Amino acid sequence: MLAWTIYISFLGVAVLMCLPRGNARAARIVALATALGGLALAVGGFLEHKPGAEIATVARLPWIPSLGIEYHLATDGISIVLVLLTGLAAVAGILFSWNIEHRAKEFFAFYLALIGGVYGVFLSFDLFLLFVFYEIAIIPKYFLIAIWGSTNREFGAMKLALYSFVGSAMVLIGLVAAFVVAGGHSMNLIELAKFPFPESFQTWAFPLVFIGFAILAGLWPFHTWAPTGHVAAPTAASMLLAGVVMKLGAYGCLRVAMTLFPAGLLVWRDAIAWLAVIGIVYGAMVALTQKDFKFVIGYSSVSHMGFVLLGLMTLNEVGLSGAVLQMFSHGIIAGLLFAVVGRMVYDRAHTRDLAILEGMGLAKAIPFAAVTFVIAAVASMGLPGFSGFVAELQVLIGAWRAMPTLAVVAGVGIVIGVAFTLRTVVKAFFGETDSSAERRTPVRRESNAANDEHAELELGAPLEPISVPERFGAVMLIAVTVVVGLYPRVLLDVIVPAFGSPLFDALRKGGWL
Amino acid sequence: MSFDYLQLLKLCAPETIVVVTALVVLFLDLAWLRTEPNRTRMTLAAMFTAAGCVAAFMWMLVVPEKASLLNGMLVVDPLTQLVKQSLLVLTLFTALLSIETTFTDHVGEFFALLLLATVGMMFLVSSEELLMIFVSLELTSLSLYILTAFNKHNSKSAEAALKYFLFGGMAAAATLFGMSLIYGLSGATNLRAIAAALTGPTLDPLLLAAIVMTVIGLGFKVAAVPFHLWVPDAYEGAPTPSAAFIASGSKVASFFILAKVMMLGFAGAEGSGAWKAYVPGWVPVIALVAALSLVLGNLAAIAQKSVKRLLAYSAIAHAGYMLLGVMADSSTGVASLVFYVITYALTTVGAFGVVAIVEQSGGDKLTDFAGLSRRAPLVALCLMVFILSLAGIPPLAGFFGKFYLFTAAAAAGKQSLGLLWLVILALAMSCVSLYYYLKVLKQAYVAPSPEDAPRLRVEISSSVALIILAAGVVLLGCAPNLLLGKLLSAIKAAGF
Repeated sequence: MLAWTIYISFLGVAVLMCLPRGNARAARIVALATALGGLALAVGGFLEHKPGAEIATVARLPWIPSLGIEYHLATDGISIVLVLLTGLAAVAGILFSWNIEHRAKEFFAFYLALIGGVYGVFLSFDLFLLFVFYEIAIIPKYFLIAIWGSTNREFGAMKLALYSFVGSAMVLIGLVAAFVVAGGHSMNLIELAKFPFPESFQTWAFPLVFIGFAILAGLWPFHTWAPTGHVAAPTAASMLLAGVVMKLGAYGCLRVAMTLFPAGLLVWRDAIAWLAVIGIVYGAMVALTQKDFKFVIGYSSVSHMGFVLLGLMTLNEVGLSGAVLQMFSHGIIAGLLFAVVGRMVYDRAHTRDLAILEGMGLAKAIPFAAVTFVIAAVASMGLPGFSGFVAELQVLIGAWRAMPTLAVVAGVGIVIGVAFTLRTVVKAFFGETDSSAERRTPVRRESNAANDEHAELELGAPLEPISVPERFGAVMLIAVTVVVGLYPRVLLDVIVPAFGSPLFDALRKGGWL
Repeated sequence: MSFDYLQLLKLCAPETIVVVTALVVLFLDLAWLRTEPNRTRMTLAAMFTAAGCVAAFMWMLVVPEKASLLNGMLVVDPLTQLVKQSLLVLTLFTALLSIETTFTDHVGEFFALLLLATVGMMFLVSSEELLMIFVSLELTSLSLYILTAFNKHNSKSAEAALKYFLFGGMAAAATLFGMSLIYGLSGATNLRAIAAALTGPTLDPLLLAAIVMTVIGLGFKVAAVPFHLWVPDAYEGAPTPSAAFIASGSKVASFFILAKVMMLGFAGAEGSGAWKAYVPGWVPVIALVAALSLVLGNLAAIAQKSVKRLLAYSAIAHAGYMLLGVMADSSTGVASLVFYVITYALTTVGAFGVVAIVEQSGGDKLTDFAGLSRRAPLVALCLMVFILSLAGIPPLAGFFGKFYLFTAAAAAGKQSLGLLWLVILALAMSCVSLYYYLKVLKQAYVAPSPEDAPRLRVEISSSVALIILAAGVVLLGCAPNLLLGKLLSAIKAAGF
């Protein structure tokens, strides 16, 4: 059943390509139907999932017998949570790009192709297949940003595509080498994880594969694609980038690099943990100084993804399950934040300059956006009651047990996180309104993409009200983060047992985990 | 010993069919079609060419043979048949895509030369004997020189052909010199006999000279650095269908024979190209050429403004990738090489087909592709498939080709992972290549079309050919076993 999340997405692409040009409405409806179908399948799969250490096979067929490559889809507690996240993010992204008119059919086709690739990565248990899906996700991102993006879009798109590709090339070197060293019979993850790779081999193969994946997870100092890419991307694409694509990287680190090369992991563990913590603090500090609303969120993603990587390096159950929970939680919250910035604010105010927004009194003009943003900001700061709190707390507890110094530094990062979030909330929504003009709104400009400079301000009509799809999307995402925040066991009961699976045997034998 | 001419005729039947087709096309055009409009002549001649190719293809399918005649001059086995079939497919698609173009009045001659070049390649791949290899190499080359010069209205075409011819002549001289050295050393002209005669504890310096000379000659044909100087000019100046054929068919045949000469003829003189464990032999020679091709091809492609030149430099880069398969020096290596070169050739023919269509309403500059997705959506989609396959993006054929090549190269040699440094270099360079490939797609999909640009008119034959090629590239990427399974059993049967 779950395999259909992949097929339905690509089927959606095919249907969209056959639609007549210029019919944006039909394209939107097809895309939404596809994404909802995917979400329904994901929820179904999640409900059916029996918590435990077992890896449930979804599909397993021989693919390229001479190399032992199989078409092997399976799920465990970790992947099912991320599949669920993908389903949610996909639906939300479409709701928040309901206003796309320019080449709508192509937009949604690229969008669904990306989603299909992401589902595929989370479900693959054959490394070749996983890599295929991982690379499928690169190209749609490029086009989504280059065609429908804003600020410096062609640069941002190319940078993102090249960073992703460099990362995947590093992964491929590691995978090819591992395949050859293990005898060249199988690319099955479970088989390869059992193979005792020589320690000297692991010492160089692990950083190659781990960093290759971590580039996409925004590991400092390889994170620079993330802010430019997020800012340049259209709303739906930045929601997906922050929401699920960065998780692909973190998932790859956990699923591939850490399970295949446990000895290499132990050699590099401290170094990577430090990089993760630097990322947390650095991302937060840079976010504090940004003038562009979207850059704030872009850097905050780097900071929050640092918690995921730190959680992975704790190598204990609390920290690791916290990392996975943080992947889910950040996926939802970042999506919400980008939706407010990109769709609710930028598409109406046509500027993201915090200094200009400060004078616009957006809290009064679009109260719904203000409320949504405040909730998302509070969740992102890690206030109890929201998913971010549980996740980051778990990571910190795990880190405290494993490496206390780092936990303290990461704690400082949280404080800075509160600072930049509050600063942004105040500046963007609750600035002093200019008394001469209660409601100012810039002239509506043609086209969605090409304008890089800030729109001219002019007295005029009130801002367009928040539309129904936007409300649905916002409510859905808020509901999810609250539910997970109030009752985290809904996910944790599924995630925690998954670390008992044979994949993590090597780590357990080493006395870790 | 009496010689069985009937058997010879039977074994040569596919080649004979192609030669007869060439003559028929030439004669028909000369006798009846002179007065018809150019388009009709092109269409009819292309159809006859296609029919000839299909007939030869079917013959091999229906009458599978396995024999080696005349001291290895003609070797027919499942592997050579498979390669010959792919050559015929490439010729067929080149012919279909030529219908679009209008560069010549000499329709019959064009298609006849195309078929003769094909015959040369077919003999080339089914030979294990130096003299026959040289003769068929020359037949192929001479036909291709003329095909390059075929556009008489364009001085670039003549210039390109002259360059191609001069470089080709030099390379042929080097090859012949290398072959004479080999003959002098071994007293044999059959590849396997040469290898048997040359085995010794130490590597004769003269043999090394012979190896280098042979690599020069064949390196020219496969467009590897430093014998690549003709490539960009020839691709740019030649009429697009000719360029497509040089880039595809010629590449398949040359790589196949390169692998054969090295692996069969110089068996025992491999040496080692492993990092910090250099042993002289043919592998390090090829490793050097491969590394240079990878770096130069990919870096120079970035600076190109003409799509044909870009494809030319990318062809040089791809030659570098494929040399990894030769160096693997194993049956897996051959399988990966043949798989890669066939899928690469199909992709390249398709890419040149798109260029031919775009050229009709302008040039082959990158900017001429602006807004292609609006002007001809289907063509643009096919272009995307071809370009992404060249870049090695899954699930297209180019990706599996690269993966297979890299695993074969990494597993090569006595010391496992010895050639990993080349694999790393190749992957690093493939990241560079994504940049310039995306530049082409950026024009087609992102850049707005110019105000006055009309919707492109595309011939039905071209559309059909492009769609089939694109579908093939996707299919071979999603289900590589379709080709790979056949290939592996053919290699097993051929005892390579």
